[in-house]
Formats: sequence, structure tokens, C-alpha cells
Amino acid sequence: MLHTLPQQLANGLFLGSTYGLIAIGYTMVYGIVQLINFAHGEIFMTGGFGALTVYLVLPHGTSLWLALPLMLIGGAATSVLIALGAERFAYRPLRTAPRLAPLIAAIGLSLALQQAVHNLYPKATSPRVFPQIPSGPWHLGGVDIQSGDLFTLIAAPICMVVLALFVRKSRTGRAMQATAQDPDTAQLMGIDTNRIIATAFAIGAVFAAVAAICYGLRYGQVSYDMGFEAGLKAFTAAVLGGIGNIYGAMLGGLVLGLAEALATAYMADIPGMQQLGGQAWSPVWAFVLLILVLLLRPQGLLGERVADRA
Amino acid sequence: MRHRSLLVLSIALTGALTVTACGSRGGSKSGGDSASGTTVTIGVDAPLSGQNSATGLGIQYGVQIAVDDANKNKTVPGVTFKVKALDDQAQPATGQQNATSLVADSSVLGVVGPLNSGVAQSMQQVFETANLVEISPSNTNPALTQGPNWASGTKVRGYKTYFRTATTDALQGAYAAQYASGSGKKNAFVVDDKQTYGAGLAGIFKDAFAKDGGAIAGTDHVSTGDKDFSTLVTKIKSSGADMLYYGGQYDEASLLSKQLKAAGDNIPLMGGDGIFSATYISVGGTGTEGDLATSVGSPVDGLATAQDFISKYKAAKYPGDYGTYGGYSYDAATAIIKAIGNVVAANGGKVPSDARAKVVDGVQKADFDGIAGHVSFDQFGDTNNKQLTVYQVTGGKWVSVKTGAYTG
Repeated sequence: MLHTLPQQLANGLFLGSTYGLIAIGYTMVYGIVQLINFAHGEIFMTGGFGALTVYLVLPHGTSLWLALPLMLIGGAATSVLIALGAERFAYRPLRTAPRLAPLIAAIGLSLALQQAVHNLYPKATSPRVFPQIPSGPWHLGGVDIQSGDLFTLIAAPICMVVLALFVRKSRTGRAMQATAQDPDTAQLMGIDTNRIIATAFAIGAVFAAVAAICYGLRYGQVSYDMGFEAGLKAFTAAVLGGIGNIYGAMLGGLVLGLAEALATAYMADIPGMQQLGGQAWSPVWAFVLLILVLLLRPQGLLGERVADRA
Repeated sequence: MRHRSLLVLSIALTGALTVTACGSRGGSKSGGDSASGTTVTIGVDAPLSGQNSATGLGIQYGVQIAVDDANKNKTVPGVTFKVKALDDQAQPATGQQNATSLVADSSVLGVVGPLNSGVAQSMQQVFETANLVEISPSNTNPALTQGPNWASGTKVRGYKTYFRTATTDALQGAYAAQYASGSGKKNAFVVDDKQTYGAGLAGIFKDAFAKDGGAIAGTDHVSTGDKDFSTLVTKIKSSGADMLYYGGQYDEASLLSKQLKAAGDNIPLMGGDGIFSATYISVGGTGTEGDLATSVGSPVDGLATAQDFISKYKAAKYPGDYGTYGGYSYDAATAIIKAIGNVVAANGGKVPSDARAKVVDGVQKADFDGIAGHVSFDQFGDTNNKQLTVYQVTGGKWVSVKTGAYTG
């Protein structure tokens, strides 16, 4: 039974990296404007369709290695555009409104974006085929790494390091930290908080687009409803890691992915738990973990103390 | 600022409402014009978007072609047929709502659908109460016609308005097991999607495969809509199975097969008519090469009687896959149309007030050669055409490898 452990760990790691990348978007926006952007799952989805569009526009037979950077740019551009549009036209007018108003707006936006892609994107009523990297799997010890995983394996850490450097070292990054700590004082100190908020949305959207390409390469398809479950899991990851904390989001994603993979693989081997094992139960374990964390450590693994602000 | 955005919103809303209004007005007008005499509606219920929609659209347009042919040939003098297709999104609850709204439309005298056995369960009672005939081109779960205790031999027909042109999984699962063990498979991993159709079929396959002397390497279940099967794939790979049997639909099966082959485990996936769709191959890619599927009936592409249907389907550029159930949908709609024809003829060329009940009786007595085989029903509402076909993905296409009826 345990000879599959390295492979299951790797499976969880790849899955968790994608969750983590999406979770960044939830956590950054929450950290600055205390809004749970429930449309973020759909921003992730539009990133996937943006990348697919670029691939379809490119001449037939273009090498995927060549197309991939362009798809990244196209996917990121699409989701950034949607995220900025959402921020400017849906959330900004509601910034002084009661907390519930932007939340409802986010849910409405999420449905609207899903339906828009479903009805307007050609043949999007059923899943669209996403191109695959035609190589692999590579064997590394007891672990098989597939081509789609390889992209995740490279992209996720790079994204995280760049983000950490950006937030710590750059002027905009420090302005972001300041806005997160106290938006009013930050504005008094001459920080353009509107620009900072827009930047947070944009960064989240870029990460979501990268995650969408990981998703497309892994599963070979993108669909109009792919953002729903992925968004829910990523939101869970963000809360798990401590919402508002970008390292927490990544850690939460990894923990969630690993927990899901290991519980799915081995729960059935525990005596008396046969009924609870298997693939069909995988979402259950993700949310059981969330409930446990909320009960035992409400601020999340790397919790920010938000109680005094909320 | 506020006022301006309010203004913009109201303009947008008014615009939207105007467009909708135009749409519905136009729709009802064209309906009225085309009716020379009485208009009778054939309802369709199938998943037309999202999961399973490729085969669902095949059902919708299969019926559409049957209706167009009936109108063109004036099969029933004085009656014009039209199609009312509703999308159940493969959800039992939505299917039931659709059934209710089809029943409420008094011009509907028969319904073709649904695609999914689980959806059928939620619709049967609605149609039974309304005496409205329902013919599914694709439901294969035995309990739908023979009652929940069919396996122990106590077969009881629950609904006299329910018929199907597809044969049952009791035969399909056993036929698949026979083919698998006949081709040298000894150790099968069995996965299903927990749905009425998938779990039923996988269970029948498992029992039949064990009876034929095969071993079961393991079992697992997935949820519809799952995309990530990496954990399951690792489990299947380490189980040493020489084939994977999947009870469910192509949406999950294609991803499962693809991820299995990508992980370097080159065992074939075998499934039922739920995975027999061109979309299975287009989504699953080269990973599906060598995979197997059983499906109901004889291969429609090879039937001389179906060539006219196929060319019409292609000429009209209808979306979806006609290959799985298109021919059976055409025959199901034709059975309803023929029954209506007899009812109308017996009533002096007019649709009688109790037409629905009479159409049910007429369908029970149906006996004609359809485009996909002979159409007639036994005392349970099951088709007497028990042909099954094994297909294999060869060179990126489903190729039939064996056709026959299951014999013990």
C-alpha cells in the first residue's frame, strides 16, 4: 500500500499548487478591501478561455513550447481585463456600501460571467479541448511526472517567489502592505489606494490565469463551469492558510491538495473506514479539513488577526 | 453620478426586455403561420448543455429530422408536427420540472427522452399520471421497466407510459464481460459514477465478469464533474489490473482514460453506451486508442436504412453526436408519430380529446422497421431489438468489432 505514497504525495502537491495559485487572488483582495471576491473562480475560468483563444488564433501546428508563453500572456490579459472591469464597475461603486452588497455583487458577477462564456464563446456549452504537451511521463524515483504537471512544477514556485519579492521590495508592494494595514492613513500618506486595490485585483487575476493554464494542460480541457469547484477549493485554501496572508494562501493550497490526495488514497485502508474511501469522497475531506481548522484555529494556519478590523 | 448609472441601467434593462419581447412575439407568430390544420408537439428532454450534451443534442436533432420527414411526407394528414426540446442538464430535478411543463402543454402528445436513467426515474411518475407516452432512446437501467427487484427475477412493470428503444444493461453489462474475458482479460478494476445508470451497469459487469472467471482488482467511485483522477489512477496502476471497466458517461471517462495513459498505464478502458461518443475521443485524445465501448443496437453508420438520416443530419450541420442515439431517437419519434396517425385516422381525421391515452396504447402495439432496427415493445415496455455492439477506438475513431445479442 505504501509503495504508492511518493506518487500520491506528488499528486497532492500538483493539485495543491493549482489551488494555491488561485487562492492568492482571494487572499490579496481580502487583505486589502476585506471582500471575498466570489467571482474569482470565473476570472480563473476566463483566463483559461483567453489562453485557448490565443492557441486557436495561432497558425495550426504551432509548437506548444512556442505557443505557451503567448497563451500565458493572452490568458493573463483576459483575466486581468475582467478583474479590473469587475473592480471598477461592480466593486468600486459599492465600496462604501454595507459589506453584504459587494458580496452579493460578486456572486451575481460570477453567474453572469459563467453564462456569458457559456452562451457567447463558440461551442463552450460543452468542454473545449485544451492543447497538451506531447511528451512525458518522466520517471523520477517512484514518481511519474506528466507534462502538464511539469508546467505547474515550474510555474507555481516562480510565481510565488516573484510575488514575495514584489510585495517586500517594490514601492507598490510596500504601498500595498500599508493599504492593507490601514487604508485611511495610507491615503493620507499620499498612496493612491484606488490604484493599489486595482493592482491587487490584477495580480490575483494573473495568478488565476497561470492556474487556468496549469488546469488546461493537466486535464486537457477548459469549460465554462470549471471556476465553480476550483474557486470553492481555492477559497477553502485561502481560509485554511489564513485569509489575507499570501504565504498562507500557498501553504493552504498545498495542505489542501495533499490532504485531499492522501485521504482519497488511504482512508479506505483504515479499518472501519472502507465506506468513506475513494475518489468520490475527495471534496468531503477538503471541507472537513476546513471545518477542523475553523474550529481549532479560526485565524488559519498562518493567521492574520482580522478580528479587530472586521 | 448615481443617477446617471441608474439611467444607464434602466436603458439596458429596457433594451433587454424589448429584445426578449420581440423574440417571443416572433416565435409565436411563426408557430401560428405554419399550422395548416392541427399542430401536435413532440416533446424532447435531454441534456442540451453542459455534461452529456453532445449525445443529448444527438437526441434532439434525431427527433427533429423524424418530425421534418413526417411533415414533408404528410405522414398524418391534417396534422403538423413540431419539436419542443427542453434541457435537463442531466439533472433529475430539472428533468422532473421539464416533464411537468411538457405535461402542461396540451399540444404535446408524446415525449422522446431523457438521456440519463437517473433523470428518467424522476420523470416516469409525472408522465404516468398524465397518461403521456415517453420513449427513451438511451435509458438502459433495467429497473426502469422491470422494477427494482428485476435481478431476483421478480419483474414488475411500474409505468405503462414508459418505453425505450435501447436494450437494458442486464444484457449490455453481461455482453461486455463476455467480450472482455473472451479477449483474454483476467483482472478488471471497476469504477462507476454512483449514478443510476453507471452504478447499475458497473455492478452488472462486475458480477458477470466474475462469473466468467475474471478477478476484480479493485473498485472505486467518482463523482460526476470530477476532473482530477490522479489519486485513482495511481491506485489502478498499483492494483495490477489488465483492464478498467467504467460505468458512467464520457465526460469523466475520457479524462480518466487520458490521465491513466498519461501516467504510463496502458490498459484499455471499457465502458457502456454512456462513453460511446465522438466527444470521448476528441477530449481524451490519443490516450483513448484501444479503449472499448458497448452500445445498444447495430452501428448506425453501417445501416443502409440510416444513410438518408445521416446525410440529412450532416447537411443540416446539426451539433452533437448522432452516432450513439440519433437513430434510436428518430425511431422513437416515428413510433409516436405513427401511433398519433392511427389515433387520428380512427377519429375521422381529427385529434380526439383523449389522444394521450390512445397514443400510449398505440405505441405499445408499435411494430415497424425503423432506421436503426425493428421497433416493437414487450410487456415491460422494453424493446424487442436486443442487438448490442462492441466498439473499439482505432485510429481516433470508434470502429465496431462485434455485433450480436447476448446469449447466456
